[in-house]
Amino acid sequence: MGTVVVGTSGRWVGRPLKRVEDPRLLTGTGTFVDDLPFQNVHHAGILRSPHAHARILGIDASAALKALGVVGVITGADAEALTRPFSVGVSAPIKYYCLAVDKARFVGEPVALVVARNRYLAEDALDLIRVQYEPLPAVVDPERALEPDAPVLHEAVGSNLACHRRLVYGDPERAFKEAEVVIRERFRFPKFGSTPIETYGVVARHDPVSGVLTVWSNFMGPFIMHPLVARALGLPENRLRFIIPPDIGGSFGIKTSIFPYIALICLAAMKTGVPVKWIEDRREHLLASSSGTDRVTYRELAARKDGTILGMRYRWYDNVGGYVRSPEPGCTFRPIGNWVGPYRFQDLDVEASVVMTNKSLTGPNRGYACGHLYFETERMMDLLAERLGLDPAEVRRRNFIPPHEFPYRTPTGGLYDSGDYPAAFEKALTLARYDELRREQARARAEGRLFGIGLAVAVDPSVSNMGYDTVALDPQFRSKPEYLPKSGATESATVKVDPLGKVIAILGTAPQGQGHQTIVAQIVADELGISPDDVTVVDEMDTFTRIWGISSGTYSSRFGSVGSSAVALAARKLKARLIAYAAHLMDLPAETFVFRDGQVSPASGKGPSYSIKDLAGRAHWHTESLPEGMEPGLQATAVFGFPQANAPDLQDRVNSSNTYGFIAEVMAVEVDPDTAAIRILRYVTVHDAGTIINPMIAEGQIYGGALHGLGGALYEELMYDEEGQLLTGTFMDYLVPTASEAPTIEIAHVVSPSPFTTLGAKGLGESSSMTVPAVVANAVSDALAPLGVRINELPVTPTRLWALMENARGAKR
Amino acid sequence: MAGPRTIHLTVNGAPREGWVEPRKLLVDFIREDLGLTGTHVGCEHGICGACTVLVNGEAARSCLMLAVQAAGAEVLTVEGLARDGTLHPLQEAFWEHHGLQCGFCTPGMLLTACDFLKDNPSPTEAEIREALSAVLCRCTGYQGIIKAVQAAAPKLRDAR
Amino acid sequence: MKPAPFEYHVPTTVEEALAHLRHYGGEAKVLAGGQSLMPLLNFRLSRPAALVDINRIGALSYIEEENGTLRLGALTRQRAIERSDVVRSRLPLLTEATALVGHLPIRTRGTIGGSLAHADPSAEYPAVLTALEGQVVARGAGGERILRPEEFFRTYLTTTLGPDEILTEVRLPIPPPGSGWAFEEFSRRHGDFALVGIAVLLLVEGTRCAKARLVAAGAGPVPARLRGAEEILERDGLTEQSFEAAAARAAELVEPDSDIHASAAFRRHLTRVFTLRALRKAARRIHGGH
Repeated sequence: MGTVVVGTSGRWVGRPLKRVEDPRLLTGTGTFVDDLPFQNVHHAGILRSPHAHARILGIDASAALKALGVVGVITGADAEALTRPFSVGVSAPIKYYCLAVDKARFVGEPVALVVARNRYLAEDALDLIRVQYEPLPAVVDPERALEPDAPVLHEAVGSNLACHRRLVYGDPERAFKEAEVVIRERFRFPKFGSTPIETYGVVARHDPVSGVLTVWSNFMGPFIMHPLVARALGLPENRLRFIIPPDIGGSFGIKTSIFPYIALICLAAMKTGVPVKWIEDRREHLLASSSGTDRVTYRELAARKDGTILGMRYRWYDNVGGYVRSPEPGCTFRPIGNWVGPYRFQDLDVEASVVMTNKSLTGPNRGYACGHLYFETERMMDLLAERLGLDPAEVRRRNFIPPHEFPYRTPTGGLYDSGDYPAAFEKALTLARYDELRREQARARAEGRLFGIGLAVAVDPSVSNMGYDTVALDPQFRSKPEYLPKSGATESATVKVDPLGKVIAILGTAPQGQGHQTIVAQIVADELGISPDDVTVVDEMDTFTRIWGISSGTYSSRFGSVGSSAVALAARKLKARLIAYAAHLMDLPAETFVFRDGQVSPASGKGPSYSIKDLAGRAHWHTESLPEGMEPGLQATAVFGFPQANAPDLQDRVNSSNTYGFIAEVMAVEVDPDTAAIRILRYVTVHDAGTIINPMIAEGQIYGGALHGLGGALYEELMYDEEGQLLTGTFMDYLVPTASEAPTIEIAHVVSPSPFTTLGAKGLGESSSMTVPAVVANAVSDALAPLGVRINELPVTPTRLWALMENARGAKR
Repeated sequence: MAGPRTIHLTVNGAPREGWVEPRKLLVDFIREDLGLTGTHVGCEHGICGACTVLVNGEAARSCLMLAVQAAGAEVLTVEGLARDGTLHPLQEAFWEHHGLQCGFCTPGMLLTACDFLKDNPSPTEAEIREALSAVLCRCTGYQGIIKAVQAAAPKLRDAR
Repeated sequence: MKPAPFEYHVPTTVEEALAHLRHYGGEAKVLAGGQSLMPLLNFRLSRPAALVDINRIGALSYIEEENGTLRLGALTRQRAIERSDVVRSRLPLLTEATALVGHLPIRTRGTIGGSLAHADPSAEYPAVLTALEGQVVARGAGGERILRPEEFFRTYLTTTLGPDEILTEVRLPIPPPGSGWAFEEFSRRHGDFALVGIAVLLLVEGTRCAKARLVAAGAGPVPARLRGAEEILERDGLTEQSFEAAAARAAELVEPDSDIHASAAFRRHLTRVFTLRALRKAARRIHGGH
């Protein structure tokens, strides 16, 4: 299972260093948002709609206001009067407030809020609020929602279609005309989240004197959400302060969607005049936090008989729930640059419909939209192999982008930085002993056993270019002079040396378990030739004191790529200053010095060296010794931004991410013919994430990503009935895989350093979450090939699989 | 008898006193009244296991107990695992084997494993998985946690 | 997810507890291990006026063997049952089933009486009580009632226990040595309630199956005693053919429901599969085999 890797490395980068974060977390002395102490803090309870779709005719909160310990009640009328609707990423006129204003559009939508002395009393008071609803017919299926007689959620929009784009690249019509084989299939991808064990938490305090609203929350931004909340509240940005505590209990993208609650709790704090705290409970989380979209897809693939893909058509119906909440409809467009995956076909026709229904709202969930994409594509590859009688491995081999074509421009505008897809793929096959597995399968089948082997490959994008989301707007809209184009992805870091020579690195990120303190200490230690112990890393966010940008935060696997680059650049800038200073002290040219082992020394090896400590002392205590023109103080800040992050062009091409890794996986399963239980026998995953900074942490990310994918493939689904009632509102029904369900995972790496990042590293955080749904579906389909069962819908639960098997057996009888 | 009442208990070896409403959950009492925020709230219905503590030496969900029920009991929370600045062998092993990422489930994992290894000092991997299935982790895929418990088991055996 | 307010009483004797229950006339709930009740309180799905916490009635926690019967105090923790040597040697079926109840920290608090009184038809203990033809003792103002499983379980989450009664003891007859037994179940994840669970007890005389007991959990509103299937085994003996016939009959006898985790048809099918598996396992264990 071991990692054998390491790309560019120094003394510390590339080593599996134990984490700096762990001692505090192991001893219960971490600081999560719910742990922060506040004076006079009051607690919010949120009343939520029991109806999937209902007009709100009136709210009577008089009894609640009189209840013990209650200091205020907020309703939709307050939200309408005191806030603006959030900006949405589509042109449809959708009004989305932090509380339901005229209608409730999904079960669990916030309708009113109580502020009380403690949470117990707040929940008591919620029982006393009377809401008069006029229930309306609900719709939950995205295709049904587009039928002319479907109930319409937003009357101003006129239909449930939030956004519709037809995007054509190359000449797909010709590809399908010339095809020797055409495969068509329909797929369904489920709605599931990542249910971080720490739920959302927000504390807001309003200072009436300065007018500053300070928010503590476990939001890993600030991202675009700080400006979104500032605009909704009508506050200048310099009166809205976001502080993120040192520890966040997981996010996996889900906590991006906390911002409407930030606005809501801010509103409550302003209106009641007390600091207000809200910790989401698990019931609230499952009802109304966030999830990935459920999607219905119609796929078509055109190919030659030799397996060469000529073109594809994707028709998507993405279900975003009751409103479009930013950064949706990223569910559709986030992977636009890698829509073709690792394959070299040029002709693609995409028709995307973003649909609103009476389900809870969606947003980024680990692998944002990539789990959907590769589930469909990789199933199609297997169907093509089946049609042509080829080995699924061979079909993939015949379509890979060859290694000599990197950097590779995809037809949709992506710029794949580096990679060797065939090498990584073959490595996975070798590690899994693919040929031996196939022989084992033949033996098993001869015994009547249901043994299957699945393959899946994926281009793993990291660091979203802020421009991708604007593909939701058509090019005419984007061409208007008043339209402000969007592009970019930046991260900043500061490295400073204090007067006694110790180093502090300050980040603009807010990790949720990724170990940034450890990794940054490794990078800085290498750059400055010191020990990681000599580096203290500050990774808490405070929008008033940190340098941050519109994309800042820990999401879309950003840190390994942009975060690490900013840190290394800042350290290099500082190093250059230290060299210049030492050279000045010795009155020699800077070019004749090198930085080695924490010292600036003459390259010749002759003459004295200056340690960092020595230089720090002199620079801080004796500024006269600095060279003319060098500003005092020993710190350097670097902001790393990608030059390749363009806005979409008029042909809707955009480099949607900034680095692109690669994943190749092999899974062997056996299905119990009696119970339809799926047992994972082997699971091999090979990753190319460029330079690996800390292999232990990298493996941890892969393990976690794989299990998220497995959850969606086999266990987790937010299920609704036809009336829009959630059927999986507890952890008894929403099934998170446990240690007993987790497979053993064999990991290996291939290293193609990115030419676009400082250390050659790419992101790795989403990793196998995007391939496991595909590899499971392929493996189970392969196991059941003797019955003719195809897995085109997830999760593959025993009851569903058994029904498929029974139907197939019935058809054979 | 719905009004608050006084309770006495021992927490991490020290006598503690509380004045609590009967409906107050033990986990809320530990966090809010005793200020021991190492114990985490994850689901409040006994599934995720983040709030697991030892009550009289046995692992229990503190979201499924009332604080008043702990009167007279000995409670051990994650803050009481390390002794005199020395990490417990399980804590050491979790650190060594990357048994945590965000750290939110970790206290529940540690205390569940602690109790489990007392009953079963030489467990198989399957038994470890079974025991740990009492606590949900969303970061690690459980791989590092399983390795950590495997590594800690012989050390705890030797320490007896 | 915080409980609504309630009155709270901590009696130290059964009599005291009964007095509290009488006082509230059905508006109070007995709090035993709390592993099912506390979630309901936290969700505010249950809002009793009062809780009568019986955890301090020390006299309700014991495991005693007497005249071929194992008597367990209702407050005996599942963990204590799991660890008990006398249970392991006399009623290994109970030990096997206990290991399948929830998870370790749930069993620390959960009690045998609480599980039976909660009467979840998917749970293990109601099926074991039924398979062993055990009895529960209910104590109320009018004295004790001794109830057989068919007199005790009424429907989903409902028993014939009166609002002012407390389940005080569980009596489980010890099968004769040499019997075969098994508890097999199918759940989505480890520790979940079973989609279907099967308890089997085979009492043998020589090579003959004198009595067979087959009970399905999760396949109807109460634990389903599968008499029709038992008769096949008693008539035709313990052969692979009779196991298959009994399993097929079992699947016909159950009345499962559909829910999000399994369709009724799938549960019926699982009843057959797990009856067969449990029968084979139980047969292997006859006369101490494994």
